[in-house]
Amino acid sequence: MNGMREAADQIFVNAKHWLVEWMPPALQPLSSILLSVSAIVSVFALLFAITTIVERKGLGRFQNRLGPNRVGPFGWLQPVADGLKTLTKEDVVPRAADRLVHFLAPLALVVPVFLAFSVLPIGRNMAAIDLDAGLLFFFAVGASSELAVFMAGWSSRNKYSLLGAMRAIAQMISYEVPLIVSSLTVVMMAGTLSLVEIVRVQADFWHGLPQWHVFTPWGLAGFLLFFVAATAESNRSPFDIPEGESEIIAGYYLEYSGFKFALFFLGEYLGLFAVSALAVTLFLGGWSAPVSLLAWLPSWFWFFAKLCALIAVLIWVRATLPRLRMDQLMRFAWTFMLPMALINLVVAAVWHYVGGGLAGWLIGAVLLAVPYVGLGLLLGRPGGFRKRTYRFAD
Amino acid sequence: MNPGFSILALIVLMGAVGAMTLRNLVHCALSLAVTFAGLAGLYLALGAEFVGLAQVLVYIGAVAILIVFAILLTRPLDTAQARPFSATWVAGLAVALIVFGVLSMAIHRSGVGADRVALSGGVTVREIGDLLMTWYVVPLEVVGLLLTVALIGAVIIALREEAPRAEDAAGDGPGKGIGKEKEPGHREP
Amino acid sequence: MTTLQSYLLLSALLFAIGFAGAVTRRNAIIVLVGIELMLNAANLNFIAFWRYGAGDAAGGVMFVIFSIAVAAAEAAVGLALIIAVYRHFKTVNLDRIHSMKG
Repeated sequence: MNGMREAADQIFVNAKHWLVEWMPPALQPLSSILLSVSAIVSVFALLFAITTIVERKGLGRFQNRLGPNRVGPFGWLQPVADGLKTLTKEDVVPRAADRLVHFLAPLALVVPVFLAFSVLPIGRNMAAIDLDAGLLFFFAVGASSELAVFMAGWSSRNKYSLLGAMRAIAQMISYEVPLIVSSLTVVMMAGTLSLVEIVRVQADFWHGLPQWHVFTPWGLAGFLLFFVAATAESNRSPFDIPEGESEIIAGYYLEYSGFKFALFFLGEYLGLFAVSALAVTLFLGGWSAPVSLLAWLPSWFWFFAKLCALIAVLIWVRATLPRLRMDQLMRFAWTFMLPMALINLVVAAVWHYVGGGLAGWLIGAVLLAVPYVGLGLLLGRPGGFRKRTYRFAD
Repeated sequence: MNPGFSILALIVLMGAVGAMTLRNLVHCALSLAVTFAGLAGLYLALGAEFVGLAQVLVYIGAVAILIVFAILLTRPLDTAQARPFSATWVAGLAVALIVFGVLSMAIHRSGVGADRVALSGGVTVREIGDLLMTWYVVPLEVVGLLLTVALIGAVIIALREEAPRAEDAAGDGPGKGIGKEKEPGHREP
Repeated sequence: MTTLQSYLLLSALLFAIGFAGAVTRRNAIIVLVGIELMLNAANLNFIAFWRYGAGDAAGGVMFVIFSIAVAAAEAAVGLALIIAVYRHFKTVNLDRIHSMKG
């Protein structure tokens, strides 16, 4: 029984080792890398295809309509049709566009996002590379996608594209700060930047109950802050101002068509998966089971179950909340998210010195609730969100 | 010579030359980002993992974006006929060549590192953190202060307006409507 | 096997390119880019010397970490100054910015 559990848990790791051993010794490192890469690329591309159809059908249900239902049984083959369509469509490049930069932008967006998956532990012993500074690697490759967004918006020579790119960059830079600060609490408490280690810290059970970071006051607040910032970072609704169709048509990838457009679409969803997976890794215990009774299910199953749950929440949020305004968004980042994230660091430190327990919970709750209510009252008062005066737009 | 080093060095140098010679300013900035990426690759190849990733995060994620924003905010008026290089570019290039000549001569003559081999094993993030909190704690605090001062200073310098605007003095009354948002007198020429 | 000298030569070349750009370009932003290149050349030297054994365990790495932080501050203030200058002179062409006062 135990052996079978172990085999199911490590099935992909063992399969990879078995395949690599078939190779001549000189090619073994290379083939190991290629196998990891192709596994990541195919699994997350498949997840992308599934997410698009689930999202469209889900949004349809939310909006009291059927959603796609023509291709295949109940419309479930819609991603295949979409893929064929984008592959065969004409690739239109504007005459005034900067051709080289216009061509490079989608690649510069997608490649770093795929790189980000390489440090995520998607199961026990299932991280492509166990970097000592894994979290830093994740944020470093995430930061380089901002330049790709700029390249896309600027090279199109279209004012809507440029406006969309500027909005996107401003938003990504603003929300990167609370994103990183809220994940710093985990780094503080786990004492490492390695994502594999961070999961291992949370993987033990306490009387059969999980010890995930989200079950602490700083972890709960950190998770919520991280999740909101991640939504903004991946340009999801209600923070999808950079591509607001009703204002600037489609933002920075307005002038892209065919396969390049599909790459942008893919990059955006993969970025969403990557930050959601990071949220799972940092706060929700990564690949560890929620209770020890369910630990017999393989670790990769739990990772993908949690990831899919987070994606479902994001689809739900998208269907529910209206889009924010640009100045509201920036105000929210700098006047609410950042102070709360900084206070959360203090809460984590206090929790460490009190040693957890009921006292830690009480102090943490007070430390978090008072600024939450205070900031809410301060920002929510009449005139808190003033009418926008455009200082630099004229 | 190691092929990895050669490729990275080529990327760094081509990016640097591009950043210094291209006519289009945005191309210069993107070329600079290529140089930064190549340097980060060199740091990683040298075993300085933390520095390489910090290089990507700070330089590509922040400095390159900052430069790009500055370029877009200061669009030059005379793009068409402007020469990118100043009138005394020959002298400048000559001085730069002399600098390189002296440096490379010094490197060759001193013979430094001819007998040195690269150490194995890098420095872990934990060691860096421990050092930052013990031996380097005063520099760390000073850098924190410097960054805060730089942030506030940059905001103040960039926010300062030449002429006080009428609407700032008049306050933000609700009845003023949309018309004041577009003051023709304040438009940049 | 890459020697220390090849890293030093690369760094010297990078420094010279940055220097040449900083003294010959007319746009103030590109001059700042040249200065960034020279700073990065110095950083590469630190890492190379650290790697090829200079005694201290992590001295070179720590120096570069601080150098990156300082360079970030420098870039922010430098670009803010350029924008302030642009607002006053309506140009960032260094050949046209003569006067200091007013």
